[in-house]
Amino acid sequence: MSIISKLKKHRKGRLDMRSSTARQSSRSFLGNLLLGIVLFLLGFLFLFPVIYMINQALKPLNEMYMFPPKLFVQNPTVNNFRDLSRILANTLVPFSRYLFNSLFVVIIGSIGHILTASMCAYPLAKYKFPGSKFISALIVYSLMFNATVTMVPNFITISRLHLIDSYWAIIFPQFASTLGLYLMMNFMEQIPDSLIEAARIDGAGQFKIHIRIVLPLVKPAAITAFILVFQSLWINTGDRYIYTEKLKSVAYMLSQLAGASNVGVARAGVLAAASVIIFIIPVTVFLIMQTNVISTMATSGMKE
Amino acid sequence: MRKLKITLREMKRNRVLYLMMLPFLIFFFTFAVYPVLQAIYYSFTDYNILEAPNFIGLENYRKLFLEDTIFIKAIQNTFIIAVFVGPLGYILSYLLAWMINELPHWLGTILTVIFYAPSMAGNSIMIFALIFSNDSTGYLNGILLKYGFISERILWLSDSSYILPVVILVSVWMSLGVGFLSFVAGIKGVDEAQYEAAAIDGIRNRWQELWYVTLPNMKPQLLFGAVMSITNALSVGGVADALVGFPSPNYASHTIVNHLNDYGLIRMEMGRASAIAVILFFIMILCNLLFRKFLSKVGT
Repeated sequence: MSIISKLKKHRKGRLDMRSSTARQSSRSFLGNLLLGIVLFLLGFLFLFPVIYMINQALKPLNEMYMFPPKLFVQNPTVNNFRDLSRILANTLVPFSRYLFNSLFVVIIGSIGHILTASMCAYPLAKYKFPGSKFISALIVYSLMFNATVTMVPNFITISRLHLIDSYWAIIFPQFASTLGLYLMMNFMEQIPDSLIEAARIDGAGQFKIHIRIVLPLVKPAAITAFILVFQSLWINTGDRYIYTEKLKSVAYMLSQLAGASNVGVARAGVLAAASVIIFIIPVTVFLIMQTNVISTMATSGMKE
Repeated sequence: MRKLKITLREMKRNRVLYLMMLPFLIFFFTFAVYPVLQAIYYSFTDYNILEAPNFIGLENYRKLFLEDTIFIKAIQNTFIIAVFVGPLGYILSYLLAWMINELPHWLGTILTVIFYAPSMAGNSIMIFALIFSNDSTGYLNGILLKYGFISERILWLSDSSYILPVVILVSVWMSLGVGFLSFVAGIKGVDEAQYEAAAIDGIRNRWQELWYVTLPNMKPQLLFGAVMSITNALSVGGVADALVGFPSPNYASHTIVNHLNDYGLIRMEMGRASAIAVILFFIMILCNLLFRKFLSKVGT
C-alpha cells in the first residue's frame, strides 16, 4: 500500500519538524515550573476523593469510626486487604470464576464496541448519503435521554430476546452506547478528505481504509472510548439480568460483601479494601492507554 | 418521483457504507432508540409497571406544569445548578487540558490521570460529606472556626440556603469527565505548523493564539465537550442525594432528575416519570442548539 508509506513519511517529517522548531511564544523554564506546581496543587485538590478512599482502606476499624474523623490514616494496616483475601478464598464459586466472567464481558464488550462503533462513525463523519444527517442527530440526542425511564423497556426487550442470565444481557446494551461513537465521529471529521481520496484512488476498499487509515488516525479518541466502555463494563454488577451465581462478575461479588444491610460495620474495612481493588484495575488500564495516546500524536500534521 | 429515484441511486452507490454501519445500528435501534420511543409513549399513559399502560393523553404533562409545585421548584433548581456547573465545568476542563498540553509529555500524562482518576473512583463522594459536615468537626467548619471566620458552626448540609451552593461546588469539582479527556486529545492534534504560520501573521501572545488558532481547530472536540457538559449539568441529582439525602430539606436542591427518580423508582408512576424525562430531553436539545450558535462565532 503506497498510501500508507506516504502517510508514514509525512508523519515522520512532521515529527522531526516539531522537535526542531521552537514556538516563538514558548514559555521559560521557570514558567513551566510554576505551571507544573499550580497544576499539581489543583491535582491534589481533585484527587481528594481518591486519597480518602485509599486512606480509608488502610485504616483499622477503630480509626474508621473515629470521631472527629481524620482524613489520613494514623496506624496504617493491611488487615482489611487480608480479610478481603480470606473472604475471596472461601466464596461459593471460586474467585477465578468471577474474574473470568468479568474479563469475558469486559474484553468482548470493549473490543466489540470499539469495532462496531468506529465502523459506524467513519461513514457518518466523512460522507453524505441519504439518512446520514438523521442518524447523526439520533446518536447525539440519544445521549440526552434519562436512563431511568428506558430501564423497563430495555428489560422487556432483553427478556424477549432470551438473553436474561447470560453475558450478552450486559454486553449487547453496551454495544448500543453512543458516547464513544460520538467522540470518535468528532475526531474523524478532522481527517482531511484528500487522504481518504488518495487511498481510494490506490484501490483500497472502505473497510480497509477504515482499519488502516482512519482508525489509527483517531487513536486518541478510540483509546478514550475504550477506557469509557471498559470502565462502565467493569463496574457493571449486572444484578438486574444475571441470577446464576457462577455467571456473576467481580463487581457484583465485591458489592455483596457489605451483606444484606449495606451498612454493616463489621465489613466496613473489607468494603473499603474492595473499593480500592475495583478502582485500581481501570486506573491502571487508563494509565497504560494514556501513555499511548501521548506518544502517538495522531492527527498532527494531517490537516489540510 | 424523480427525487425518490435519485435517493435510491445514492443509497445503492453508498451500500458499502450502510453495510459498515449496520452492526452498530442493529444494537442502537434495539437497545437505545426503541426504549426511548417506548418511554415517550409511556409519557402519555398511566403506567405503574405492573399493569399495562393506560392511555391518558396529556394528563401527565398537565399535572406536572399546573399542579405539581415541586416540579416547578425542581426546574428552577436545575437551571440554577446548570448555569454554574455547565460553563464552569466546561471552562475548567478546557483550561486544565490547555495547561497540561504546555508541559512535557510525561508530566502531562501523569496529570491527566490525576485529574481523571476521581471520575473512576466509585462512591468517593463521601469525602464531601466529611468536608461539609454539619458538625464543628467537619473539615470546613473546623478550619473556619479555628481561624475565627465564623463563631458558630454552619449547617452546610441542612440549612436550605447553603445546600444549593454546596451541591454546585461539589458538582463542579466532579465535572472533569470525558469532555476533559477529549480536550486533552484534541489539543494535541492541533497542527504545529498553524502556530508557526500564526506567529508570522502577527499573533503576539498565548491568548490570541488560543482564540485564533487552538479553539477554531478544535471545534469538533469543543462541541463534544459541550454536549457532555450540558447533559451532565442538567442531570445533576446524585450528588445532592448522596450529600443531603432525598428529599433535600425544604426541596432546596431538588432537581428534575431527583423528581424523575422519585416518580420512577419510588412511587412507581412510570408514566409521570417518562413525561419528566421527555421535558428534560427537550430542555437539553434546546441548550445544545443554543451552544452550536455560539460555537459558530469562535475564532472570528
